[in-house]
Amino acid sequence: MSDRGTTPMGTPAEPVIDLDRVGTAEATADTRRVEQAAAATEEKESGLSALLRSSVGLNAGLVVALLIICVVGVFTAGDRFASADNVLTILRLAATVGVVSIGMTFVIIGGGIDLSVGAILALSSVWCTTFATQTMAESTHWSLMVLVAFIVGGGCGLVNGLLIAYGRVVAFIATLAMLASARGLAEIISERRTQIVTIDGFGDFFNTEILGIPLLVLIFVFIAAAGWVLLNRTTFGRRTLAVGGNPEAARLAGINVSRHTVLLYVLLGLCCALAALMLVARTNTGSSTHGQLYELDAIAAVVIGGTLLSGGRGTIVGTVFGVLILNVLTNVFTLNNQDTSTQAVAKGLIIVVAVLLQQRLARRSTA
Amino acid sequence: MTDHPITPRATPPTTPPTTVEAGPLLEMRGIVKRFPGVLALGGVDLDVRAGEVHCLLGQNGAGKSTLIKVLSASYQPDEGEILWEGRPVALPTPQSAMKLGISTIYQELDLVPGLSVAENIFLGHELSKGGMSQRSQTNRAAAALLDRLGHGEIPVSREVGRLSPAAQQIVSMARALSQDTRLLVLDEPSAVLDQGEVDNLFRVIRELTTQGVAVVYISHRLEEIRQIGDRITVLKDGSTVSTGLDARTTPTSELIRLMTGRSIEYVFPQRPAQARSFTEPVLDVRGLTLPGVFAGVDLTVHAGEIVGLAGLVGAGRSEIVETLYGARRASAGTVRVAGRTLRRGSVSSAVAAGVGLAPEERKSQGLLLDQAVYRNITVSSLRRFSRLGMLDRGGERRRAQVLTTSLDVRPHGVDRMVRLLSGGNQQKVVLARWLLRECRVLLLDEPTRGVDVGARSEIYTLVRALADSGVAVVVVSSEVEEVLGLADRVLVVREGRIVHEGPATDIDEARVLDLVMEGNAA
Repeated sequence: MSDRGTTPMGTPAEPVIDLDRVGTAEATADTRRVEQAAAATEEKESGLSALLRSSVGLNAGLVVALLIICVVGVFTAGDRFASADNVLTILRLAATVGVVSIGMTFVIIGGGIDLSVGAILALSSVWCTTFATQTMAESTHWSLMVLVAFIVGGGCGLVNGLLIAYGRVVAFIATLAMLASARGLAEIISERRTQIVTIDGFGDFFNTEILGIPLLVLIFVFIAAAGWVLLNRTTFGRRTLAVGGNPEAARLAGINVSRHTVLLYVLLGLCCALAALMLVARTNTGSSTHGQLYELDAIAAVVIGGTLLSGGRGTIVGTVFGVLILNVLTNVFTLNNQDTSTQAVAKGLIIVVAVLLQQRLARRSTA
Repeated sequence: MTDHPITPRATPPTTPPTTVEAGPLLEMRGIVKRFPGVLALGGVDLDVRAGEVHCLLGQNGAGKSTLIKVLSASYQPDEGEILWEGRPVALPTPQSAMKLGISTIYQELDLVPGLSVAENIFLGHELSKGGMSQRSQTNRAAAALLDRLGHGEIPVSREVGRLSPAAQQIVSMARALSQDTRLLVLDEPSAVLDQGEVDNLFRVIRELTTQGVAVVYISHRLEEIRQIGDRITVLKDGSTVSTGLDARTTPTSELIRLMTGRSIEYVFPQRPAQARSFTEPVLDVRGLTLPGVFAGVDLTVHAGEIVGLAGLVGAGRSEIVETLYGARRASAGTVRVAGRTLRRGSVSSAVAAGVGLAPEERKSQGLLLDQAVYRNITVSSLRRFSRLGMLDRGGERRRAQVLTTSLDVRPHGVDRMVRLLSGGNQQKVVLARWLLRECRVLLLDEPTRGVDVGARSEIYTLVRALADSGVAVVVVSSEVEEVLGLADRVLVVREGRIVHEGPATDIDEARVLDLVMEGNAA
């Protein structure tokens, strides 16, 4: 980028060539007018109202769905549903799978899929808690658990990414293999026993509350916000959309598609590690059975949120709604003493209805 | 072996097989086909007799492909009539054309690679009894068809994806025969074949014609046309310029004269008045080789120069450009940009050195169709708009707005989805991307494909303006006139080798066509 000989690099505001010859417009006067117009729209677009308009407007169907479930909850369970305690319970449960779903949103927008998130979560939880059980607990600081979890999660993501981007293994297969082997490894390490955390510092830190809100919930809020910025405001996010939308065009535009793909899976692996830490904190245990079926819940949340499974389009806000819808639904069913089988059927229905609705809306917006 | 369709038809064709003098099997009169902004066919006449090989000749863009798509009912003509055995027919769907006995074998073979040879041959009209497929019967019928084509050695139960291209073509022909074909359309069948396979193909064609099947044969190789053809129809700019020419005796010079010269005149920008001596080589390619496609390509482009690559589709023009851009990995050779050697097979390395490519397939290779115009423009220059990874979207929009206004991209508005723009405006968006990147080498592969006449001139002017600002430009085009009109220097590529290099003003269209086509099959 630095060694431009003939073109004026220092003055990017100047057009490179004499474009007056090309277009019909008077470049200078017209340009100024256009720049002003562009600046004006930019000003209009910024701010909270734009955020609300875009996120609520595009997700009207999701808001309605969530409201309907809430209304049902209030009618059937009354105060047991509409209490602050219950809301915090929902959010605390939603937080772990929510963090995974944010990472999953990036992978799916980037044209991939990851079936191994639950297994990576289990492996991270088991590996990091081996440092916190009776034998080693005394000599271990809890930050070591955090470090180990992130190394394991990021490492698994790296393996997934390398296999997919450079090994040319289909994402579905590569992550299916990771699903099997990571959970198997977790069982070997833990000898299929639940590992109870005996360090105090870890639980104390993660289970604090700030202004009455559990830290776990705040972590989810923070990750969602960071994810939104990453997707919508950074080079990384823009490249993710390009890579998922048309990998060949992205490659020919000079984007290193393989490297970007690896980064996406590493990002998701790190999200799994964070979710593992949150789950360990909530249950005070590490176990090879943690995170069962998280892959399905995460993918369902992303899809309900309107992200295209084929990649190239999707929103973080939609995913957050998807996570909330699934978790509120579970809560309402639990409060009404419905068994998990009924819940599963309802979840399936919700997924189908949400996707049909999203498709309808998407078609209308492009027509 | 008697109850499956090996012979053309249970009732013999009304025209006796060998009488070429009988009335035409197919007549097309005054066929007109319009696409938005383009008149693809402006009144084409064609008559094909039973038992003859009728060759369609014409440059790229002359309308050959559109015509055969009308014939196979993939397209509906806007005007004109089609007569079959003297009676007017309507062909509303591809199935209706098939029912008459018209089969088309396209350049891209439309076989299912995962199915067996026999299954492919009877795809869509499977031999079945009560819904159960008749496996052994299908295999026997397929073997009989292949035998008839002289290729009994092709195993009928093998997956088609594992056959050679030549064998796949035979399977396509067997499939055509399995449905009582009376008119077979072959679109550049020899492009994927070697000499021995071409001879075999011709033997099969001759056998078919003696059985009364009519063949419409499209090829750029004059040699082949002389060998296999009976009569020639020449198309130019979507119209028939001559028909019924004798394929063996019409002189080459006459055919080339008919194919060249255009009724639509494109306006090319003036070359700089005095002959300049280009002194500063920006792009320097030495001995570039991609096995099986091209070998030992040398190419030097100077700052401010436009170099054109002419040649047939499949001659290796696009591959040369894609390889030096790093989109394909060369097996040998070096590419240097302003003295810096590029890493082989690395697009990133080429882009970092200041090379830009406007690819041949604009929609699938060049654009993010579902994203806004400004995002398509800035995608290669994101670093310029980012600080610590955060994008300055206002800055992106403003720069994109300036560029699109200068290039007169219509409709205005950088937030519009690229999918909603016309071909010409999409191409301008791709050019704007590299304009923003301030690249020093610009590779343009078929820059005006799918672009209407008005926008073409704008793009030509833009390319010339870019060159004048010091960019080294390489233009690949199937349209000889475009290469000659736009470029300062012309390279002619044939079968992966550069067979001519010289100033564009020293060579004419007929000579280029001669170079491109001469002795291909020899």
